[in-house]
Amino acid sequence: MTTLQTVFAKAKADNRAALVGYLPAGFPSKDGAIAAAAALVEAGCDVIEIGLPYSDPLMDGPTIQDAVHRSLSNGTRIADVMRTVEGVAATGAATLVMTYWNPVDRYGAERFARDLANAGGVGTITPDLTPEESEPWRAASASAGIDTVFLVAPSSTEARIKAVVDCCTGFVYAASLMGVTGARETVNVAAEGLVKRTREHTGLPVCVGLGVGTGAQAAEVATYADGVIVGSAFIRRLLDAPDEAAGRESVAALARDMAQGVRRS
Amino acid sequence: MANEGSILTAADLAGNGVRGDDPDVHGKFGIFGGRYVPEALIPALDEVAAVYEKAKHDAEFIREFDHLLRTYAGRPTTLTDVPRFSEQAGGARIVLKREDLTHTGAHKINNVLGQALLTKRLGKKRVIAETGAGQHGVATATAAALLGLECVIYMGAVDCERQALNVARMKLLGATVVPVTNGSQTLKDAINEAFRDWVTNVDSTHYLFGTVAGPHPFPEIVRDFARVIGVEARRQILELTGRLPDAVCAAVGGGSNAIGVFHAFIDDQDVRLHGYEAAGHGLESGEHALTLTAGSVGVLHGSRTYVLQDDEGQTIESHSISAGLDYPGVGPEHAWLKDSGRATYRGVTDDEAMAAFSLLARTEGIIPAIESSHALAGALELGRELGPEAIILVNLSGRGDKDMGTAMKYFNL
Repeated sequence: MTTLQTVFAKAKADNRAALVGYLPAGFPSKDGAIAAAAALVEAGCDVIEIGLPYSDPLMDGPTIQDAVHRSLSNGTRIADVMRTVEGVAATGAATLVMTYWNPVDRYGAERFARDLANAGGVGTITPDLTPEESEPWRAASASAGIDTVFLVAPSSTEARIKAVVDCCTGFVYAASLMGVTGARETVNVAAEGLVKRTREHTGLPVCVGLGVGTGAQAAEVATYADGVIVGSAFIRRLLDAPDEAAGRESVAALARDMAQGVRRS
Repeated sequence: MANEGSILTAADLAGNGVRGDDPDVHGKFGIFGGRYVPEALIPALDEVAAVYEKAKHDAEFIREFDHLLRTYAGRPTTLTDVPRFSEQAGGARIVLKREDLTHTGAHKINNVLGQALLTKRLGKKRVIAETGAGQHGVATATAAALLGLECVIYMGAVDCERQALNVARMKLLGATVVPVTNGSQTLKDAINEAFRDWVTNVDSTHYLFGTVAGPHPFPEIVRDFARVIGVEARRQILELTGRLPDAVCAAVGGGSNAIGVFHAFIDDQDVRLHGYEAAGHGLESGEHALTLTAGSVGVLHGSRTYVLQDDEGQTIESHSISAGLDYPGVGPEHAWLKDSGRATYRGVTDDEAMAAFSLLARTEGIIPAIESSHALAGALELGRELGPEAIILVNLSGRGDKDMGTAMKYFNL
């Protein structure tokens, strides 16, 4: 199993940023999600986030909403998410689950952490779990030996950044903009400042997500961040592809472009 | 009560320590409430909480709110005895609190006026809101027009079609109505979309949340602005009957009208508090909105509470003939009142609610909202349980004009 610590140490040694790809489990199909993620890894993604599809994704934009809706319509369950993690972890990428809190809460925090660790997962990203409510999850994760990643945002005060990074292990997720997930024309200028502010409170790697959709944007973000997170741009290609094989080729091409981007700086 | 003089004092608005039931610093009512939202929204929620904390102790803010409640919303609303209706309740004396007589026709006006004033104090010029049936949307558009705020309302596309008249009202009031086409295209998806707008435009925008759910501090703020219902009613029923009622009844969707009328009675231990949820086609049908009576504890729309969810935490779509009760979550304070045993929650089916709707119209000449008809149906049953000496206060949360389309279909009018 490749850990986040190994990934970021290696990227640092190579003098580059890590590339983090996001795909929801069960999309475009249960096996198709594993195959697409494997294609991302082969094309140069160091870390894969597997999204746990949830009925009320209130921080996601239209692209991820669409994919998640299709995944749930495909009957995706948490067991499928775990199988996806297992399949992706086998490719050698460090594999996390990104999930809203309620499915974990309902499944049981300790059970979820244990099952994820057993599937080869290295941690979670929980975008709607605030530091104030995170104690039970951090305890469960620590005892299962998985990392906990939380988000900071451009609106975060210094006190909030400190509170969030104190809950993080593995890395810190810096949301580049005030808004929902989705590729944008430009990466928000606030992102660089946020990364700088975050570094004042932690030695953990800081990865930037939200709005990154091209190799050039990845290269730009890689100049100041330890990792570049890409989700909607990959999903857009899967949604637009005529079939799963074409979708895989399309996301692999974009991932190669991104992988070059994070090595350009 | 005369129409001069204030309705509210600072203690009426916020309780000011006379109650032991304010949420803690993290917005927790026992294990319920809190904040489960993207970090990006935390500063905005903190700002709303801080500005509200200051406003509720500010005599000038209370004066402004009180002035609008009296001169714009039409408060205080009266109590009405309904003896012919009460005959069907085993002779128990049912008394209605007439929120249907407020401007815009429902209790929602209380909360929106308070929050619109708060928006001004926040220095924001734009409000957004979610709406199911359109009542909160209309109320928000009304307050925005009154105070000169830009207004955008998110409404499920399915609901836009079902409630075309309210869409037209909102537009006439100057609001932009955005149909939400994702998910189930109803209230819960409209809330998701409003949160997405808020996180994007939080510098300029206040999310004028419509019920006592959502992340802290919304459950507390919306309750405090709705609290005037019970404050008035408690005073009025003492004047009218010489004693406190045996029970207070209200319909519960998100729960704002119910909290509004319950709250002033919470310390009156002999007064039963009864909330009525929409049982839709009945529990067994699976088509209902029985969040408190048949749901389980989870997190929805930023708050820990009872939720209609499957075994893996996916939200289950609710059903009710009343759009205002058609919501798979509920305010965290109700969850807490349920678990502490202070309030009791029961289900009322579509058919039972429509029977009460029709009965009140025929016996008293009052056409209630279908939401409120759930509380009326509950009161009929409760009256038969408590006996002819009982006094039951029912919050008639809104009028039924908006429901005529549904009534025409249901009764073949």
